[in-house]
Amino acid sequence: MATRALVFAPKTARRGEVLEIRATVQHPMETGHRSDSAGGVLPRDILRRMECRWDGELVFAADLHAAVAANPLLAFPVVALASGTLSVSWTGDNGFAHTESVAISVA
Amino acid sequence: MPLHRRQIAIAGFGTLLLRPARATPQALQAAIEAFADGRTPRQGRVTLDIAPLIENGNAVPVTVQVQSPMTAADHVRQIALFTERNPNPEVAVFHLGPRSGRAAVSTRIRLATSQRLVALAKLNDGSVWQQSVDVIVTLSACVEGG
Repeated sequence: MATRALVFAPKTARRGEVLEIRATVQHPMETGHRSDSAGGVLPRDILRRMECRWDGELVFAADLHAAVAANPLLAFPVVALASGTLSVSWTGDNGFAHTESVAISVA
Repeated sequence: MPLHRRQIAIAGFGTLLLRPARATPQALQAAIEAFADGRTPRQGRVTLDIAPLIENGNAVPVTVQVQSPMTAADHVRQIALFTERNPNPEVAVFHLGPRSGRAAVSTRIRLATSQRLVALAKLNDGSVWQQSVDVIVTLSACVEGG
């Protein structure tokens, strides 16, 4: 099943403006602490890291643990310096990897 | 196949046994010390914004802001969030820099029970600042069962 992810960012910005980026990805963030109906423990399956790059330059990152809610939503600021591509990537347990990109033009 | 009463009892007992160890104030303290890197966290500069009374612990909106000019000479490097009584004290660590412009992050977290939350900020000069908030959770995040 295709992973759904959304990155909310303004399409245009002024140079030097602080933009608020919001990024969310579809993921259960299974904690590894819950039991299933058979009495066993559901294995942990969480996202461990999220990185945001602006034309390859790392501008924000987050280390995530099991206490982050399912479908992790992160809102963070970034300064717009020049037009480029903002890409947000998530990596996690069981080889999870997903990247979502948006273009931002800076005047 | 209908479940027999004994099986249900055993299943229930198993759930009790499998209940994960809760993080303790000691675990929280250890996590804070590991983050602070030998510095003593000082009160102030950090604002941890969360509702004091939480109905549903499964997705609790939380915002951490730090007073900082966010220049190359003076900026926040990391913001961390810890809990006292979740199964693990760590929640998330955010990495920022001068390119952030502001020191503010928001996310949604899980809370297993009423407890204390601690937000810490590590600045580029190595100093560590913190604020803690006590919250009441009426419906906890489903830690024990599906």
